[in-house]
Amino acid sequence: MSAGVGTVPGRRAEFVEATVAWARRNTWTLGLIGLLIVFLALTKMLQPNYGAPGIQGLAISILPIAFAAVAQAIVVISGGIDLSVGPMMALASVTSAVLMKDQGDPFGVAVVVGVLLLGIAVGAINGALVVITKVPDIVVTLATSFVWAGTALLILNTPGGGAAPWLMAIISGPLGNPWLPKALVVLAVVVAVVWIPLRRSTFGLALYAVGSHPLAAFRSGIAVGPTKIVAYALTGFFSALGGLALTATGGVGAPVPGSYTLQSVAAIVLGGVSLAGGRGGVLGPIIAVIVLALVRTDLFFAGVDPNWSTAVQGAILIGVVMFGSLVAMRKVRA
Amino acid sequence: MHETDGAPDLLLNATDIAKHYGAVVALRSASLAVRPGEVHALMGANGAGKSTLVKILTGGVRPDHGSILVRGRPFAARSPTEARRGGIVSVYQEPSLIPDLDVRSNLRLTQTQPEPVRHWLAELGLPDLDLADVVRDLPLATLRIIDLARALAMEPAILMLDEMTAALPANLTERVLEVIGRMRGTDRSVIFISHRLIEIGAVCDRATVLREGSTVGVVDVTEGSEDRIVALMLGDIVRSGTVVQSEASAVAARAADAVPRLSARNLTVGTKLTDVSFDLYQGEVLGVVALEGQGQDELFDVLSGSERPTGGELLVDGDARSFRHPADAIRAGLVYVPADRAEALLMQRSVRENIALPFTTRFGAWGPIDLRGERKKVDGAIATLQIDTRAAGEVRRLSGGNQQKVTIARWVAGGVRTMLCFDPTRGIDIGTKQQIYQLLRDLAAAGAAVLLYTSELKEVQLACDRAIVIFGGRIVAEIAVADADEPTLLRAAYDLRPEELMPEEIASAAVAVESADPAAVAVESADPPAVGQP
Repeated sequence: MSAGVGTVPGRRAEFVEATVAWARRNTWTLGLIGLLIVFLALTKMLQPNYGAPGIQGLAISILPIAFAAVAQAIVVISGGIDLSVGPMMALASVTSAVLMKDQGDPFGVAVVVGVLLLGIAVGAINGALVVITKVPDIVVTLATSFVWAGTALLILNTPGGGAAPWLMAIISGPLGNPWLPKALVVLAVVVAVVWIPLRRSTFGLALYAVGSHPLAAFRSGIAVGPTKIVAYALTGFFSALGGLALTATGGVGAPVPGSYTLQSVAAIVLGGVSLAGGRGGVLGPIIAVIVLALVRTDLFFAGVDPNWSTAVQGAILIGVVMFGSLVAMRKVRA
Repeated sequence: MHETDGAPDLLLNATDIAKHYGAVVALRSASLAVRPGEVHALMGANGAGKSTLVKILTGGVRPDHGSILVRGRPFAARSPTEARRGGIVSVYQEPSLIPDLDVRSNLRLTQTQPEPVRHWLAELGLPDLDLADVVRDLPLATLRIIDLARALAMEPAILMLDEMTAALPANLTERVLEVIGRMRGTDRSVIFISHRLIEIGAVCDRATVLREGSTVGVVDVTEGSEDRIVALMLGDIVRSGTVVQSEASAVAARAADAVPRLSARNLTVGTKLTDVSFDLYQGEVLGVVALEGQGQDELFDVLSGSERPTGGELLVDGDARSFRHPADAIRAGLVYVPADRAEALLMQRSVRENIALPFTTRFGAWGPIDLRGERKKVDGAIATLQIDTRAAGEVRRLSGGNQQKVTIARWVAGGVRTMLCFDPTRGIDIGTKQQIYQLLRDLAAAGAAVLLYTSELKEVQLACDRAIVIFGGRIVAEIAVADADEPTLLRAAYDLRPEELMPEEIASAAVAVESADPAAVAVESADPPAVGQP
C-alpha cells in the first residue's frame, strides 16, 4: 500500500510531463483548436440562437469531407498525394446506393463491408501504379481519377439508389446529450479505431519514415514500396468511408459529388500536414475541416454573397499557412 | 562451413569481386579479407571502386561475380536489412535517421533496444541525450554518434564505417576512435574508411588498398606505413611530358605592385571552411586540390555568389565585394563552370540558346535581342571550343565532353575575366580533356584569371601555374607547378608533411589543430605543429 501511495505523485508527474510534451509537439493542432473556438464564438455572436441543432447540422455536413481529409492526410504523410479521393468517394457512394436500395439490414451491412473492401482495392491499385511504374503520383492519380469518376457515372448517371435506414440513422440526431451529434461520434470512433493502432504500430513509423526521408527509411530496413502501397490503400479505405457518408447524409448515391479532392488538400494543409511528407496527423485536418465549414456558416449568417465566401475561405487558408510558416521560421532562427 | 582455402578463421572473405555498369568497369577484381577482432582500413583514391565495394557489402548493389563469405557462410544481400541479417551493419557518410521521428521511434524502426543504445551513447560521450528529441532538431555531429551507437547496439559481426568521422568535432572523433579501438581482440571487426591517414594510423591493424577496381595490396599498419599506402593508391605514375612551361611568364607578369584579380581574405563558411586566404592574379591558372568534402564546394559556392560567407572578405581588383546572388558575381566578372553539367545547362534547348543565355539575360538587355550580334559571338565561341554541332538542336543529345564545352563557351562568348572551374573534366574523354586544358591556358594567356578545382591530381601539372591544397576547411599547402607531381599533391591532400614523423607526433599535431579547446586534449608534443599554415 505504501508503494502504491508512493507511485501516485510519480505517475501524475509523468502524466503532466507527457501532456506537456504532446502539447509541444502538437502546437499546430492546439492553435487550430483555438481558431475553432474563436469561430464558434463568432457564430454565436452573429446568430444568437445558434445551438445544439446547428452543431448537429454542422457535424452531418462535414462528415464526408472529414473522411476525405483523413484519407488525403495519410497518403500525403507517406510522401505522396492522391487526386482521385473525390472520384473514389463517388464510386463508393453510387455502389452502396445501388446495392442497398430496397434491401434488408443484414444485406446493407454486407454492402458497407464490401464497399470498404472496394475502397481498399481501388486505393491499392493507385499505390501499385505509383510504385511500380514510377510515374509521378500526381499524374497517376489524376489519370485514375478520371477512370473512377467515369465508372461511378456508368453505375449511376444521376443521383439515385437509396441508403439503408440504419445507415442514415447512425449519423443523424444526437447521442444522449443534444450537444453531442452522432455524426461526430461516428467520425471519432471510426478514425480512432483505425488510425490510433496504426499510428502506434511499426507500420505507422514506416509511414512517417517513408514520407520524411525515403533513403534513410530504406537504409533503416523499411520496405519502401509496399509501405507506400498500403498508404494508398488506406486512403482508398477512408475515401470509401467518405462515399458511404455521402450516401448516408444524402440518402441517395452521388455520382458527381463536388470538389472533395481539392477541399481535402486544403484541409490537410490547414491541418498541419506537410505536403513534403513525414509531418502531421489526422486530428489537425479534421479540425481544419470544421473550421472551414464554420467560416462558410459565419459568412452566410453575416449575409455575404456565397461567391465571396469561397474567396474568403481561400484567403484564410493562405493567411493561416503563411502565419504558421512565419512562426516556424522564427523558431528556427531563435 | 568448412572452407579449405587456407583462411578458415576469416570473419569476412570477399574474393574476386567484379562489377560493371554498361561499359564502365567499377570493380575489376577486388578482394577484402577481414580477420576477427581487427580494425581494417579500406583505402583508395577517387574512382578506385571503394564506394562500389561498400555498396555491394551493404546490399545496395549486386556484384557481377565473385564470392563473399561472412564467418564462412555465403553472403548475398539485396537490401540493408539482409546485409544486417548477414552480419554487416554500416554507418554511412550522411545520417540514416528519419528527420521527422524522435530518436526512440528511429530505434523502434530498426528493432533496436534502447538500453544498449543508451550504453553506447554514454561510451561515445553523449550520456544525456533525450531519446524523445526529434531528429530534425539535433546537430549533425550528434546524429552521427546516434547512428554509430545504434549500429554498435545491433552487435554486428562486421561494422562498416564509411567516412564516419568526417563531420565530427575533435573531441567526439577521439571518443569514436577509442570505442572502435576497443573492438580489437574481440570476435567482431570493423571496416574503417577515412580520408584521414592519421586516423588510419591511430586505430587500424591492416589496410586493403584498391586501385582501378582491383585490390593492389594489403598493408600492416605500422609506423611509416602511410607512405606505402599512398604509393599503392597511386600505382605507377605515367609521367606526362606536357608540364606547363608558362609559369615563368605568369609569375613574371605579376609585378610586386600588381593587384590580384581576386583575393580571398580569411574566408569562413560555418564549420566547413576556415580562414581561407589566397590571391588569384590575371594570366594565371590556380589549381585547388582537396579530397572530397574538405570545404572546396563551399569555397566555390561563395566565390560564385550562391552562398554568403560567415566571415572574411572577398576583393575583386582590390575592391571589397559581397555577392547576394550569382548575378552579382557574374557582374563582377566571376563566372562559374560546375562539374555537374545539368546544373548549368538548359538540357532541352539548343547549343545556341545555351551559349547566348548569360549575355542576353544581363541587366539592361531587355527588349529585342540583337540576333545578328548574338550569332556572331556564339559562332565565335563554338569555333574557339571546337564544339561538335551535329546535334546542336538539343544540348542533352551532345556527348558529355561537348556539353562541358558548351558550359565554358557560354562564358567565353561574353568575354572572360575570371573563370571558376569546379572539376570541369569529370567524366569526359581524354581528347576533350586536352582541349579544355589548352583552352584554360589560352584564356590565361589572353589575360583571364582561372581558378581550377580538380579531383584528378595530374591535371595540376597539365593546366595550372601553382596549386593550393585544402584539408579540413583550411589551406594546408601552396605548391609550385614544378613540384606538383601526384605523390606530393596526394601527400599534401592527406595533410602529410614531407619529412618523416612518428605517428604519435602526427596524431597529436592533428588533435592540436582540430581541437578548439586545448584543455580537452593532452598535447604532449613540445614544438607547435606546422600543419594548418599555408
